[in-house]
Amino acid sequence: MKLSREEVKHIAFLARLGLTEAEVGKFRLQLSNILENFEMLKQVDTSDVLPTAQSIALQNVLREDEITAESLPQGEILANAPQQDDNYFKVKAVLE
Amino acid sequence: MNELCQLSLKRAHQLLKQRKISSVELTKAILMRIAEVEPELQACVTVDEDMALKQAEVADKYISAGKIQPLTGIPALIKDVICTKGMRTTCSSKMLENFIPPYDATVMKKLKAQSVVTVGKTNMDEFAMGSSTENSAFFPTHNPWDLNRVPGGSSGGSAVAVASNETIFALGSDTGGSIRQPAGFCNVVGLKPTYGRVSRFGLVAFASSLDQIGPITKEVTDCALVMNAIAGHDPKDSTSVPYHAPDYTQSLVPEVKNLRIGVPQEYFVEGMQSEVRTIVEVAIKKLEELGAKIDWRVSLPHTKYALASYYLIAPSEASANLARYDGVKYGFSYADADNMWEALEKTKQFGFGDEVKRRIMLGTYALSAGYYDAYYLKAQKVRTLIRREFDQAFEKCDALVSPTSPTVPFRLGEKLEDPLQMYLSDVCTLPINIAGIPAISIPAGFSNGLPVGMQVMAKPFNEEILLQIAFAYEQATDWHERKPPI
Repeated sequence: MKLSREEVKHIAFLARLGLTEAEVGKFRLQLSNILENFEMLKQVDTSDVLPTAQSIALQNVLREDEITAESLPQGEILANAPQQDDNYFKVKAVLE
Repeated sequence: MNELCQLSLKRAHQLLKQRKISSVELTKAILMRIAEVEPELQACVTVDEDMALKQAEVADKYISAGKIQPLTGIPALIKDVICTKGMRTTCSSKMLENFIPPYDATVMKKLKAQSVVTVGKTNMDEFAMGSSTENSAFFPTHNPWDLNRVPGGSSGGSAVAVASNETIFALGSDTGGSIRQPAGFCNVVGLKPTYGRVSRFGLVAFASSLDQIGPITKEVTDCALVMNAIAGHDPKDSTSVPYHAPDYTQSLVPEVKNLRIGVPQEYFVEGMQSEVRTIVEVAIKKLEELGAKIDWRVSLPHTKYALASYYLIAPSEASANLARYDGVKYGFSYADADNMWEALEKTKQFGFGDEVKRRIMLGTYALSAGYYDAYYLKAQKVRTLIRREFDQAFEKCDALVSPTSPTVPFRLGEKLEDPLQMYLSDVCTLPINIAGIPAISIPAGFSNGLPVGMQVMAKPFNEEILLQIAFAYEQATDWHERKPPI
Protein backbone atom coordinates (compact mmCIF):
# COMPACT_ATOMS: atom_id res chain seq x y z
CA MET A 1 0.00 0.00 0.00
CA LYS A 2 1.91 3.03 -1.22
CA LEU A 3 0.32 6.32 -0.25
CA SER A 4 0.64 9.30 -2.57
CA ARG A 5 1.46 12.80 -1.34
CA GLU A 6 -2.12 13.78 -2.15
CA GLU A 7 -3.48 10.96 0.00
CA VAL A 8 -1.27 12.00 2.91
CA LYS A 9 -2.50 15.58 2.55
CA HIS A 10 -6.11 14.39 2.40
CA ILE A 11 -5.73 12.36 5.63
CA ALA A 12 -4.14 15.37 7.32
CA PHE A 13 -7.04 17.50 6.11
CA LEU A 14 -9.56 15.03 7.57
CA ALA A 15 -7.71 15.18 10.90
CA ARG A 16 -7.34 18.99 10.65
CA LEU A 17 -3.65 18.45 11.24
CA GLY A 18 -1.27 20.95 9.70
CA LEU A 19 1.82 19.40 8.07
CA THR A 20 4.87 20.90 6.41
CA GLU A 21 5.88 19.64 2.96
CA ALA A 22 8.80 17.82 4.58
CA GLU A 23 6.44 16.08 7.00
CA VAL A 24 4.19 15.04 4.12
CA GLY A 25 7.17 13.33 2.51
CA LYS A 26 8.35 11.67 5.72
CA PHE A 27 4.91 10.43 6.77
CA ARG A 28 4.19 9.17 3.24
CA LEU A 29 7.13 6.77 3.48
CA GLN A 30 6.60 5.77 7.12
CA LEU A 31 2.84 5.25 6.87
CA SER A 32 3.21 3.35 3.59
CA ASN A 33 5.74 1.06 5.23
CA ILE A 34 3.48 0.47 8.24
CA LEU A 35 0.35 -0.12 6.15
CA GLU A 36 2.20 -2.48 3.83
CA ASN A 37 3.19 -4.53 6.84
CA PHE A 38 -0.42 -4.58 8.06
CA GLU A 39 -1.60 -6.08 4.74
CA MET A 40 -0.94 -9.42 6.49
CA LEU A 41 -4.34 -9.09 8.18
CA LYS A 42 -5.88 -9.99 4.83
CA GLN A 43 -4.62 -13.55 5.35
CA VAL A 44 -6.96 -14.03 8.32
CA ASP A 45 -10.34 -15.58 7.56
CA THR A 46 -12.84 -13.45 9.48
CA SER A 47 -15.93 -14.28 7.41
CA ASP A 48 -18.03 -15.48 10.37
CA VAL A 49 -16.40 -13.34 13.04
CA LEU A 50 -18.07 -10.43 14.80
CA PRO A 51 -15.92 -7.40 15.65
CA THR A 52 -14.87 -6.66 19.22
CA ALA A 53 -15.12 -3.01 20.21
CA GLN A 54 -14.30 -3.55 23.88
CA SER A 55 -13.15 -6.57 25.81
CA ILE A 56 -15.55 -6.74 28.74
CA ALA A 57 -19.15 -7.83 28.54
CA LEU A 58 -20.72 -4.71 30.04
CA GLN A 59 -23.56 -3.33 27.94
CA ASN A 60 -25.81 -0.32 28.18
CA VAL A 61 -24.57 1.10 31.45
CA LEU A 62 -27.36 3.44 32.49
CA ARG A 63 -28.14 5.72 35.39
CA GLU A 64 -30.96 7.99 36.43
CA ASP A 65 -30.99 11.22 34.48
CA GLU A 66 -30.26 13.47 37.38
CA ILE A 67 -27.37 15.61 38.52
CA THR A 68 -25.30 13.39 40.79
CA ALA A 69 -21.71 14.52 40.59
CA GLU A 70 -20.44 17.81 41.82
CA SER A 71 -19.98 20.32 39.01
CA LEU A 72 -16.94 22.53 38.66
CA PRO A 73 -17.28 26.29 39.10
CA GLN A 74 -17.11 28.35 35.91
CA GLY A 75 -13.90 30.08 36.97
CA GLU A 76 -12.03 26.79 37.44
CA ILE A 77 -13.13 25.51 34.05
CA LEU A 78 -12.07 28.75 32.35
CA ALA A 79 -8.75 28.89 34.20
CA ASN A 80 -7.01 26.76 31.53
CA ALA A 81 -8.59 28.55 28.57
CA PRO A 82 -6.02 30.03 26.16
CA GLN A 83 -8.39 32.96 25.53
CA GLN A 84 -11.50 33.99 27.39
CA ASP A 85 -13.81 36.97 27.33
CA ASP A 86 -16.57 37.83 29.77
CA ASN A 87 -16.70 34.27 31.20
CA TYR A 88 -16.82 32.66 27.76
CA PHE A 89 -14.24 30.69 25.80
CA LYS A 90 -13.06 32.96 23.02
CA VAL A 91 -12.77 31.44 19.53
CA LYS A 92 -12.05 32.72 16.03
CA ALA A 93 -15.12 33.57 13.94
CA VAL A 94 -16.83 30.40 12.72
CA LEU A 95 -18.96 32.18 10.13
CA GLU A 96 -17.35 34.82 7.97
CA MET B 1 21.81 7.69 49.46
CA ASN B 2 19.66 7.87 52.57
CA GLU B 3 18.59 4.28 53.23
CA LEU B 4 14.96 5.30 53.83
CA CYS B 5 14.34 5.73 50.10
CA GLN B 6 15.38 2.12 49.53
CA LEU B 7 12.44 0.87 51.57
CA SER B 8 9.70 -1.21 50.04
CA LEU B 9 6.18 0.11 50.49
CA LYS B 10 5.39 -2.70 52.91
CA ARG B 11 8.46 -2.00 55.07
CA ALA B 12 7.96 1.79 54.96
CA HIS B 13 4.40 1.26 56.18
CA GLN B 14 5.60 -0.92 59.07
CA LEU B 15 8.14 1.68 60.17
CA LEU B 16 5.60 4.51 59.90
CA LYS B 17 3.11 2.50 61.90
CA GLN B 18 5.66 1.74 64.60
CA ARG B 19 6.57 5.49 64.55
CA LYS B 20 10.20 4.59 63.92
CA ILE B 21 10.14 7.02 61.03
CA SER B 22 7.87 9.89 60.06
CA SER B 23 6.38 10.61 56.68
CA VAL B 24 8.25 13.93 56.64
CA GLU B 25 11.58 12.11 57.16
CA LEU B 26 10.73 9.61 54.46
CA THR B 27 9.59 12.32 52.05
CA LYS B 28 12.73 14.39 52.68
CA ALA B 29 14.87 11.32 51.94
CA ILE B 30 12.98 10.79 48.68
CA LEU B 31 13.31 14.47 47.70
CA MET B 32 17.07 14.33 48.35
CA ARG B 33 17.39 11.22 46.25
CA ILE B 34 15.47 12.89 43.42
CA ALA B 35 17.77 15.91 43.58
CA GLU B 36 20.78 13.58 43.51
CA VAL B 37 19.92 11.43 40.49
CA GLU B 38 17.52 13.48 38.36
CA PRO B 39 20.26 15.33 36.46
CA GLU B 40 21.27 11.96 34.99
CA LEU B 41 17.98 10.03 34.84
CA GLN B 42 15.39 12.71 34.02
CA ALA B 43 12.50 10.54 35.19
CA CYS B 44 10.34 13.41 36.47
CA VAL B 45 8.48 16.18 34.68
CA THR B 46 7.27 17.89 37.86
CA VAL B 47 8.45 17.65 41.47
CA ASP B 48 6.61 19.75 44.04
CA GLU B 49 8.68 19.73 47.23
CA ASP B 50 6.47 22.14 49.17
CA MET B 51 3.27 20.30 48.43
CA ALA B 52 4.91 16.95 49.18
CA LEU B 53 6.16 18.11 52.57
CA LYS B 54 2.79 19.62 53.45
CA GLN B 55 1.07 16.36 52.54
CA ALA B 56 3.65 14.46 54.61
CA GLU B 57 2.91 16.69 57.63
CA VAL B 58 -0.79 15.98 57.27
CA ALA B 59 -0.08 12.25 56.97
CA ASP B 60 2.03 12.37 60.13
CA LYS B 61 -0.90 13.93 61.99
CA TYR B 62 -3.16 11.08 60.92
CA ILE B 63 -0.52 8.56 61.95
CA SER B 64 -0.09 10.24 65.36
CA ALA B 65 -3.84 10.00 65.81
CA GLY B 66 -3.63 6.28 65.13
CA LYS B 67 -5.32 6.61 61.76
CA ILE B 68 -2.91 4.84 59.46
CA GLN B 69 -3.89 3.02 56.28
CA PRO B 70 -1.48 0.92 54.16
CA LEU B 71 -0.48 3.88 51.97
CA THR B 72 -0.67 6.70 54.52
CA GLY B 73 2.41 8.91 54.41
CA ILE B 74 3.99 6.95 51.55
CA PRO B 75 5.67 9.09 48.85
CA ALA B 76 4.50 8.31 45.32
CA LEU B 77 5.22 9.50 41.80
CA ILE B 78 2.42 9.56 39.25
CA LYS B 79 2.69 9.15 35.48
CA ASP B 80 1.97 12.52 33.93
CA VAL B 81 -1.08 11.20 32.07
CA ILE B 82 -3.15 10.97 35.27
CA CYS B 83 -4.96 14.16 36.30
CA THR B 84 -3.79 15.64 39.60
CA LYS B 85 -5.86 18.52 40.87
CA GLY B 86 -3.77 21.68 41.05
CA MET B 87 -0.63 19.91 39.80
CA ARG B 88 0.43 20.29 36.17
CA THR B 89 -0.51 17.28 34.02
CA THR B 90 1.36 17.50 30.73
CA CYS B 91 1.27 14.03 29.08
CA SER B 92 4.86 15.05 28.22
CA SER B 93 3.37 17.11 25.41
CA LYS B 94 3.70 20.74 24.41
CA MET B 95 -0.05 20.58 23.95
CA LEU B 96 -0.61 20.27 27.72
CA GLU B 97 2.63 21.85 28.97
CA ASN B 98 0.73 24.33 31.16
CA PHE B 99 -2.45 22.36 31.84
CA ILE B 100 -3.48 22.30 35.49
CA PRO B 101 -6.40 19.91 36.01
CA PRO B 102 -9.31 21.31 38.03
CA TYR B 103 -10.07 17.80 39.33
CA ASP B 104 -8.40 14.58 40.45
CA ALA B 105 -8.52 11.29 38.59
CA THR B 106 -10.43 8.67 40.59
CA VAL B 107 -7.18 6.82 41.36
CA MET B 108 -5.77 10.05 42.80
CA LYS B 109 -8.85 10.54 44.95
CA LYS B 110 -8.39 7.02 46.25
CA LEU B 111 -4.71 7.55 46.98
CA LYS B 112 -5.36 10.90 48.65
CA ALA B 113 -8.11 9.33 50.78
CA GLN B 114 -5.26 7.31 52.32
CA SER B 115 -3.03 10.42 52.62
CA VAL B 116 -0.44 9.35 50.09
CA VAL B 117 2.29 11.94 49.51
CA THR B 118 2.18 13.02 45.85
CA VAL B 119 5.78 14.00 45.19
CA GLY B 120 5.39 14.71 41.48
CA LYS B 121 4.73 13.51 37.97
CA THR B 122 6.83 11.23 35.78
CA ASN B 123 8.05 11.52 32.22
CA MET B 124 6.50 9.44 29.46
CA ASP B 125 6.19 9.11 25.72
CA GLU B 126 3.93 11.94 24.56
CA PHE B 127 0.29 10.96 25.21
CA ALA B 128 1.59 7.47 26.14
CA MET B 129 2.49 6.75 22.51
CA GLY B 130 5.82 5.00 22.40
CA SER B 131 8.01 2.28 23.87
CA SER B 132 11.11 4.18 24.96
CA THR B 133 10.08 7.50 26.60
CA GLU B 134 12.07 9.19 23.84
CA ASN B 135 8.82 10.63 22.47
CA SER B 136 8.54 12.99 25.44
CA ALA B 137 8.36 16.55 24.13
CA PHE B 138 10.59 17.64 27.02
CA PHE B 139 13.53 15.21 27.35
CA PRO B 140 14.28 11.49 27.18
CA THR B 141 14.54 9.45 30.39
CA HIS B 142 17.60 7.27 30.90
CA ASN B 143 17.76 3.66 32.04
CA PRO B 144 19.51 3.49 35.44
CA TRP B 145 21.15 0.17 34.48
CA ASP B 146 22.87 1.85 31.51
CA LEU B 147 22.41 5.56 30.98
CA ASN B 148 22.89 5.17 27.23
CA ARG B 149 19.85 2.93 26.98
CA VAL B 150 16.13 3.60 27.05
CA PRO B 151 14.00 2.73 30.10
CA GLY B 152 11.18 1.45 27.91
CA GLY B 153 7.89 3.23 27.62
CA SER B 154 5.57 4.78 27.73
CA SER B 155 5.68 4.74 31.57
CA GLY B 156 9.49 5.00 31.48
CA GLY B 157 9.72 7.76 34.10
CA SER B 158 7.66 5.78 36.61
CA ALA B 159 9.70 2.59 36.11
CA VAL B 160 13.03 4.43 36.39
CA ALA B 161 11.90 6.29 39.50
CA VAL B 162 10.93 3.04 41.25
CA ALA B 163 14.11 1.23 40.15
CA SER B 164 16.40 4.01 41.36
CA ASN B 165 14.64 4.76 44.66
CA GLU B 166 13.25 8.16 43.65
CA THR B 167 9.93 7.03 45.05
CA ILE B 168 8.43 4.22 47.10
CA PHE B 169 6.00 3.32 44.34
CA ALA B 170 4.57 4.80 41.15
CA LEU B 171 1.48 4.65 38.99
CA GLY B 172 1.69 4.00 35.27
CA SER B 173 -0.75 3.40 32.47
CA ASP B 174 -0.72 0.56 29.96
CA THR B 175 -2.34 0.59 26.52
CA GLY B 176 -0.09 -1.94 24.76
CA GLY B 177 2.61 -2.70 27.32
CA SER B 178 3.40 0.73 28.74
CA ILE B 179 3.60 -0.50 32.34
CA ARG B 180 5.05 -3.96 31.77
CA GLN B 181 7.74 -3.25 29.16
CA PRO B 182 9.44 -0.44 31.16
CA ALA B 183 9.05 -2.50 34.36
CA GLY B 184 10.88 -5.33 32.58
CA PHE B 185 13.55 -2.95 31.26
CA CYS B 186 14.19 -1.50 34.74
CA ASN B 187 13.96 -4.66 36.93
CA VAL B 188 10.79 -3.70 38.81
CA VAL B 189 7.25 -5.09 39.13
CA GLY B 190 4.51 -3.73 36.86
CA LEU B 191 0.89 -4.85 36.67
CA LYS B 192 -1.66 -4.11 34.00
CA PRO B 193 -5.03 -4.93 35.57
CA THR B 194 -7.97 -6.39 33.66
CA TYR B 195 -9.72 -3.80 31.51
CA GLY B 196 -12.40 -2.31 33.76
CA ARG B 197 -10.75 -3.23 37.07
CA VAL B 198 -9.35 0.25 37.76
CA SER B 199 -11.23 3.46 36.94
CA ARG B 200 -9.99 5.43 33.93
CA PHE B 201 -11.76 8.60 35.06
CA GLY B 202 -9.16 11.36 34.90
CA LEU B 203 -6.71 9.31 32.85
CA VAL B 204 -6.02 11.38 29.73
CA ALA B 205 -7.43 9.18 26.97
CA PHE B 206 -5.20 7.53 24.38
CA ALA B 207 -7.08 4.41 23.24
CA SER B 208 -10.15 4.06 25.40
CA SER B 209 -10.84 0.35 24.84
CA LEU B 210 -7.25 -0.57 25.77
CA ASP B 211 -6.05 1.90 28.45
CA GLN B 212 -5.67 0.78 32.09
CA ILE B 213 -3.91 2.36 35.08
CA GLY B 214 -1.72 0.10 37.21
CA PRO B 215 1.04 -0.03 39.86
CA ILE B 216 4.81 -0.04 39.33
CA THR B 217 6.54 -1.24 42.49
CA LYS B 218 9.77 -2.62 43.92
CA GLU B 219 8.19 -5.89 45.04
CA VAL B 220 5.10 -8.01 44.42
CA THR B 221 3.70 -7.35 47.90
CA ASP B 222 3.73 -3.61 47.20
CA CYS B 223 1.88 -4.24 43.96
CA ALA B 224 -0.93 -5.97 45.88
CA LEU B 225 -1.06 -3.08 48.37
CA VAL B 226 -1.40 -0.48 45.61
CA MET B 227 -4.03 -2.58 43.83
CA ASN B 228 -6.03 -2.69 47.06
CA ALA B 229 -6.02 1.10 47.03
CA ILE B 230 -6.92 1.75 43.38
CA ALA B 231 -9.10 -1.15 42.19
CA GLY B 232 -12.88 -1.09 42.21
CA HIS B 233 -16.01 0.21 40.55
CA ASP B 234 -16.39 3.89 39.69
CA PRO B 235 -19.71 5.29 38.49
CA LYS B 236 -17.74 7.99 36.66
CA ASP B 237 -16.22 5.38 34.32
CA SER B 238 -18.96 3.40 32.59
CA THR B 239 -16.40 0.79 31.51
CA SER B 240 -15.33 0.10 35.08
CA VAL B 241 -16.90 -3.15 36.21
CA PRO B 242 -19.36 -3.27 39.13
CA TYR B 243 -17.55 -6.23 40.72
CA HIS B 244 -16.18 -6.22 44.22
CA ALA B 245 -12.39 -5.92 44.26
CA PRO B 246 -10.79 -8.53 46.52
CA ASP B 247 -8.06 -8.04 49.14
CA TYR B 248 -5.07 -8.70 46.89
CA THR B 249 -2.71 -9.29 49.81
CA GLN B 250 -4.57 -12.57 50.36
CA SER B 251 -2.94 -13.78 47.13
CA LEU B 252 0.57 -13.40 48.51
CA VAL B 253 1.02 -17.11 49.10
CA PRO B 254 4.35 -18.57 47.92
CA GLU B 255 2.71 -21.62 46.39
CA VAL B 256 2.46 -22.72 42.76
CA LYS B 257 2.12 -26.45 43.33
CA ASN B 258 -0.10 -28.05 40.70
CA LEU B 259 -0.90 -24.75 39.04
CA ARG B 260 -1.15 -25.29 35.30
CA ILE B 261 1.09 -22.75 33.59
CA GLY B 262 1.23 -22.59 29.80
CA VAL B 263 4.03 -21.31 27.58
CA PRO B 264 2.61 -19.91 24.33
CA GLN B 265 5.16 -20.78 21.65
CA GLU B 266 4.26 -17.80 19.48
CA TYR B 267 5.58 -15.43 22.15
CA PHE B 268 9.12 -16.64 21.53
CA VAL B 269 9.12 -14.65 18.33
CA GLU B 270 11.51 -14.41 15.44
CA GLY B 271 13.98 -11.66 16.24
CA MET B 272 13.86 -12.37 19.97
CA GLN B 273 17.31 -12.08 21.54
CA SER B 274 18.55 -15.56 22.44
CA GLU B 275 19.65 -14.42 25.94
CA VAL B 276 16.13 -13.19 26.65
CA ARG B 277 14.70 -16.53 25.55
CA THR B 278 17.18 -18.48 27.67
CA ILE B 279 16.66 -16.36 30.77
CA VAL B 280 12.88 -16.67 30.61
CA GLU B 281 13.10 -20.42 29.96
CA VAL B 282 15.25 -20.76 33.08
CA ALA B 283 12.68 -18.72 35.01
CA ILE B 284 9.88 -21.00 33.80
CA LYS B 285 11.90 -24.04 34.88
CA LYS B 286 12.16 -22.42 38.29
CA LEU B 287 8.35 -22.34 38.46
CA GLU B 288 8.40 -26.02 37.46
CA GLU B 289 10.85 -26.78 40.28
CA LEU B 290 8.47 -25.05 42.65
CA GLY B 291 5.77 -27.50 41.66
CA ALA B 292 3.89 -25.84 38.79
CA LYS B 293 2.82 -28.04 35.91
CA ILE B 294 4.30 -26.45 32.81
CA ASP B 295 2.76 -27.01 29.40
CA TRP B 296 5.51 -25.95 26.98
CA ARG B 297 3.36 -26.42 23.91
CA VAL B 298 0.46 -24.00 24.24
CA SER B 299 -0.34 -22.39 20.92
CA LEU B 300 -2.03 -19.04 20.23
CA PRO B 301 -1.74 -19.00 16.42
CA HIS B 302 -3.29 -15.57 15.85
CA THR B 303 -0.63 -13.87 17.98
CA LYS B 304 1.28 -12.88 14.85
CA TYR B 305 -1.65 -10.71 13.77
CA ALA B 306 -1.93 -8.92 17.11
CA LEU B 307 0.59 -6.20 16.27
CA ALA B 308 -1.19 -5.11 13.08
CA SER B 309 -4.57 -5.33 14.77
CA TYR B 310 -3.33 -3.26 17.72
CA TYR B 311 -1.65 -0.59 15.62
CA LEU B 312 -4.88 -0.04 13.71
CA ILE B 313 -7.25 -0.08 16.70
CA ALA B 314 -5.14 2.05 19.06
CA PRO B 315 -4.40 4.83 16.53
CA SER B 316 -8.04 4.83 15.39
CA GLU B 317 -9.23 5.44 18.93
CA ALA B 318 -6.42 7.94 19.44
CA SER B 319 -7.38 9.93 16.36
CA ALA B 320 -10.87 10.36 17.80
CA ASN B 321 -9.68 11.07 21.36
CA LEU B 322 -7.05 13.62 20.36
CA ALA B 323 -9.45 15.59 18.17
CA ARG B 324 -10.39 17.42 21.39
CA TYR B 325 -7.13 19.40 21.39
CA ASP B 326 -8.53 22.34 19.48
CA GLY B 327 -6.75 25.13 21.36
CA VAL B 328 -10.02 26.50 22.70
CA LYS B 329 -10.81 25.00 26.11
CA TYR B 330 -7.33 24.26 27.43
CA GLY B 331 -3.84 23.51 26.23
CA PHE B 332 -1.61 25.00 23.59
CA SER B 333 -3.30 27.38 21.16
CA TYR B 334 -1.82 28.85 18.00
CA ALA B 335 -2.55 32.54 18.36
CA ASP B 336 -1.56 34.08 15.03
CA ALA B 337 -4.04 32.35 12.73
CA ASP B 338 -6.28 34.27 10.34
CA ASN B 339 -9.28 32.02 10.78
CA MET B 340 -10.70 29.13 12.81
CA TRP B 341 -9.51 26.32 10.53
CA GLU B 342 -5.98 27.62 10.39
CA ALA B 343 -5.95 27.98 14.18
CA LEU B 344 -7.06 24.36 14.54
CA GLU B 345 -4.51 22.99 12.07
CA LYS B 346 -1.61 25.02 13.43
CA THR B 347 -2.50 24.23 17.05
CA LYS B 348 -2.09 20.53 16.28
CA GLN B 349 0.91 21.07 14.02
CA PHE B 350 2.91 22.84 16.72
CA GLY B 351 1.32 21.19 19.77
CA PHE B 352 1.90 17.53 18.84
CA GLY B 353 5.15 15.64 18.25
CA ASP B 354 5.95 13.24 15.42
CA GLU B 355 4.66 9.97 16.89
CA VAL B 356 1.35 11.52 17.94
CA LYS B 357 0.93 12.96 14.44
CA ARG B 358 1.77 9.58 12.89
CA ARG B 359 -0.86 7.83 14.96
CA ILE B 360 -3.51 10.46 14.30
CA MET B 361 -2.79 10.02 10.58
CA LEU B 362 -2.81 6.22 10.77
CA GLY B 363 -6.05 6.18 12.73
CA THR B 364 -7.75 8.76 10.55
CA TYR B 365 -6.81 6.72 7.50
CA ALA B 366 -8.06 3.43 9.01
CA LEU B 367 -11.39 5.06 9.87
CA SER B 368 -11.86 6.97 6.62
CA ALA B 369 -14.45 6.20 3.97
CA GLY B 370 -13.34 3.34 1.73
CA TYR B 371 -10.77 1.98 4.18
CA TYR B 372 -12.86 1.41 7.33
CA ASP B 373 -13.81 -2.20 6.47
CA ALA B 374 -10.38 -3.21 5.25
CA TYR B 375 -8.50 -1.79 8.23
CA TYR B 376 -10.46 -0.84 11.35
CA LEU B 377 -13.26 -3.40 11.09
CA LYS B 378 -10.85 -6.14 10.03
CA ALA B 379 -8.64 -5.34 13.02
CA GLN B 380 -11.64 -5.56 15.35
CA LYS B 381 -12.55 -8.98 13.95
CA VAL B 382 -9.01 -10.22 14.42
CA ARG B 383 -9.32 -8.87 17.97
CA THR B 384 -12.23 -11.28 18.49
CA LEU B 385 -10.09 -14.22 17.33
CA ILE B 386 -7.23 -13.25 19.64
CA ARG B 387 -9.59 -13.01 22.62
CA ARG B 388 -11.14 -16.35 21.77
CA GLU B 389 -7.75 -18.04 21.70
CA PHE B 390 -6.93 -16.70 25.15
CA ASP B 391 -10.30 -17.95 26.45
CA GLN B 392 -9.53 -21.41 25.09
CA ALA B 393 -6.01 -21.40 26.54
CA PHE B 394 -7.35 -20.48 29.98
CA GLU B 395 -9.68 -23.48 29.92
CA LYS B 396 -6.54 -25.63 30.20
CA CYS B 397 -4.15 -23.26 31.98
CA ASP B 398 -4.36 -21.19 35.15
CA ALA B 399 -1.84 -18.75 33.71
CA LEU B 400 0.46 -18.20 30.74
CA VAL B 401 4.08 -17.00 30.84
CA SER B 402 6.33 -15.32 28.28
CA PRO B 403 9.13 -12.79 28.05
CA THR B 404 7.85 -9.25 28.65
CA SER B 405 9.84 -7.90 25.73
CA PRO B 406 11.78 -9.62 22.91
CA THR B 407 14.95 -7.66 23.73
CA VAL B 408 16.89 -6.13 26.57
CA PRO B 409 16.74 -2.30 26.80
CA PHE B 410 17.93 -0.84 23.50
CA ARG B 411 20.14 2.19 22.96
CA LEU B 412 18.76 5.71 22.95
CA GLY B 413 18.06 6.71 19.37
CA GLU B 414 18.34 3.15 18.06
CA LYS B 415 14.73 2.82 16.91
CA LEU B 416 13.64 6.44 16.79
CA GLU B 417 13.71 6.78 13.00
CA ASP B 418 12.00 3.44 12.33
CA PRO B 419 8.49 3.46 13.86
CA LEU B 420 7.74 -0.13 12.85
CA GLN B 421 10.84 -1.43 14.69
CA MET B 422 9.74 0.55 17.74
CA TYR B 423 6.24 -0.99 17.51
CA LEU B 424 7.79 -4.49 17.52
CA SER B 425 9.07 -3.79 21.03
CA ASP B 426 5.46 -4.30 22.23
CA VAL B 427 4.92 -7.59 20.43
CA CYS B 428 4.65 -9.70 23.62
CA THR B 429 2.60 -7.20 25.60
CA LEU B 430 0.00 -5.72 23.27
CA PRO B 431 -2.06 -8.93 22.70
CA ILE B 432 -2.96 -8.69 26.41
CA ASN B 433 -4.59 -5.28 25.95
CA ILE B 434 -6.41 -6.49 22.85
CA ALA B 435 -7.90 -9.32 24.92
CA GLY B 436 -8.44 -7.10 27.98
CA ILE B 437 -6.83 -9.65 30.31
CA PRO B 438 -4.49 -8.85 33.23
CA ALA B 439 -0.71 -9.39 33.09
CA ILE B 440 2.28 -8.67 35.31
CA SER B 441 5.97 -8.22 34.54
CA ILE B 442 8.45 -9.36 37.17
CA PRO B 443 12.26 -9.36 37.32
CA ALA B 444 13.55 -12.65 35.86
CA GLY B 445 17.28 -12.21 35.35
CA PHE B 446 20.03 -10.24 33.64
CA SER B 447 21.85 -10.34 30.34
CA ASN B 448 25.20 -8.51 30.46
CA GLY B 449 23.96 -6.39 33.34
CA LEU B 450 20.65 -5.49 31.67
CA PRO B 451 17.33 -6.62 33.15
CA VAL B 452 14.98 -9.15 31.57
CA GLY B 453 11.33 -9.31 32.59
CA MET B 454 8.97 -12.28 32.64
CA GLN B 455 5.31 -11.67 31.85
CA VAL B 456 2.56 -13.70 33.54
CA MET B 457 -0.97 -13.53 32.07
CA ALA B 458 -4.31 -14.72 33.44
CA LYS B 459 -7.95 -14.69 32.54
CA PRO B 460 -10.04 -11.56 33.17
CA PHE B 461 -10.39 -10.47 36.81
CA ASN B 462 -7.88 -13.02 38.02
CA GLU B 463 -5.12 -10.65 39.14
CA GLU B 464 -4.90 -12.83 42.25
CA ILE B 465 -3.24 -15.72 40.45
CA LEU B 466 -0.74 -13.35 38.82
CA LEU B 467 0.22 -12.02 42.22
CA GLN B 468 0.45 -15.53 43.65
CA ILE B 469 2.76 -16.81 40.91
CA ALA B 470 4.80 -13.60 40.94
CA PHE B 471 5.13 -13.75 44.73
CA ALA B 472 6.17 -17.42 44.70
CA TYR B 473 8.80 -16.71 42.05
CA GLU B 474 10.06 -13.62 43.89
CA GLN B 475 10.40 -15.57 47.16
CA ALA B 476 12.47 -18.22 45.37
CA THR B 477 14.79 -15.77 43.55
CA ASP B 478 16.64 -12.56 44.34
CA TRP B 479 16.57 -10.66 41.03
CA HIS B 480 14.33 -7.99 42.55
CA GLU B 481 16.96 -7.25 45.19
CA ARG B 482 19.52 -6.19 42.60
CA LYS B 483 19.67 -2.43 42.29
CA PRO B 484 21.08 -0.31 39.47
CA PRO B 485 24.56 1.16 39.94
CA ILE B 486 23.38 4.79 40.12
